[in-house]
Amino acid sequence: MQQSNAYIITFSVILTVILGLLLSGTSQVLGPMQKEAIALDQKKQILGAVISADEISAMKPEEVNAYYASHIASTVVDVNGKEIAGATAEGVDVAKNYKKPVEERQFPVYIFHEEGDPAAVKSYVFPLYGAGLWDAIWGYLALDTDMNTVGGITLAHAGETPGLGARITEPGVQARFEGKEIFDEAGELVAIQMQKGEGKDYSANPHQVDGMSGATITGNGVNNMLKNYLGYYQAYIESKKTPAAVATL
Amino acid sequence: MSAETIEKTVVQKPSEALLSKRRKKLVTDPLVDENPITIQVLGICSALAVTTQMKPTLVMAISVIFVVVMSNLAISLMRNTIPSRVRIIVQLAVVATLVTLVSEVLKAFAFDMYKELSVFVGLIITNCIVMGRLEAFALGNKPYDSMLDGFGSALGYSWIILTVAFFRELWGSGAVFGIPVFEYVSSLFGPDFKLATNGLMVSPVGAFVILGLIIWVQRTKTGYVEH
Repeated sequence: MQQSNAYIITFSVILTVILGLLLSGTSQVLGPMQKEAIALDQKKQILGAVISADEISAMKPEEVNAYYASHIASTVVDVNGKEIAGATAEGVDVAKNYKKPVEERQFPVYIFHEEGDPAAVKSYVFPLYGAGLWDAIWGYLALDTDMNTVGGITLAHAGETPGLGARITEPGVQARFEGKEIFDEAGELVAIQMQKGEGKDYSANPHQVDGMSGATITGNGVNNMLKNYLGYYQAYIESKKTPAAVATL
Repeated sequence: MSAETIEKTVVQKPSEALLSKRRKKLVTDPLVDENPITIQVLGICSALAVTTQMKPTLVMAISVIFVVVMSNLAISLMRNTIPSRVRIIVQLAVVATLVTLVSEVLKAFAFDMYKELSVFVGLIITNCIVMGRLEAFALGNKPYDSMLDGFGSALGYSWIILTVAFFRELWGSGAVFGIPVFEYVSSLFGPDFKLATNGLMVSPVGAFVILGLIIWVQRTKTGYVEH
């Protein structure tokens, strides 16, 4: 059956309009729920840096929200470590800020504290953002109150290779960062480097972690991300160092 | 007038049973004899990629069933109006819309699953089973039959990927649906006994091996040979 061009064009236009309406309608209806899901996921990632993944996965969405509300305080600072008034950490899109010049960026800080007592700080959680091999990678790094020891890290990615770079989301890989230190003995910021190759023991070196075999570029992305963001937060981190911790340096 | 209408109903063929023998065949044929994965070797990409664990595989299977059935229905309803010169792009538009719907729904209600399946939900668009059924069946058959046909093909795809996932998760991670089976079985034999998992099963290579074994067993039983 051979139809005229006019028929084909009319058919295509009508089909496009119908499908377009269907899609935008769905997006409108589901939009609020998706936003909620994304916000919940962000909270899970932040909490993931300070409590174990098993604990989080056992929680229901309302429980995650409640735990987050009673254990996490937040602030937003600039690159000089000064608090930015009027900004809420949850409202800062780290990915969007990543494109701005460093001086103009807003840097959220999440403060993990004892239940209901923001003064009893247990650790500070810093968002990270950078590039992996194929696409963006991001995460949250928790520092203990000495502002040097890593309490935990969560890493996530948009499109790293499954089984290779995508392994940064595995608890086993993230656990390698725990207990590592970001400042050397002279007090210089050296961050933490994931090494090339896998299976070696780096427990003697506080600034190195075992790599992921076949995913060196993703590992380098993680290293750059850590180096960059710890640099951006350095002023804030220095300002929060307790006098006792400084004295030992 | 009324007499004429009565006469017409008499002449009309008795309508086919809702699940007549022919229609049952539409559903059952793709399960084994015309299986899209093991016989037609379509949809291999996702069969390798998402099958490391049962749970994402099940979600993937349900998504594919939904997309194939609904797109078959939509195309079959439009089959007499679709201009043949642009039929492929029309099919693509319909399939892409359905896949986007699935992806949006997952994002709203199962965000963890959405993250886990990530790009593979979007890639249902390029799953050859979907377009294959549209071209081969929905364009020339009635809506209900097309839905059955799509359901059968998607089911044929689903049981294969679920079987692959079952063995990959069991041997690769020692679990089924996240339940640590190996741990439990090991504990039955005392504290020193530990069932080992095989890392090969977690990588796509494991899927090739399992898929090859399934095809082997199936072809031995059915006696199917490539022409």
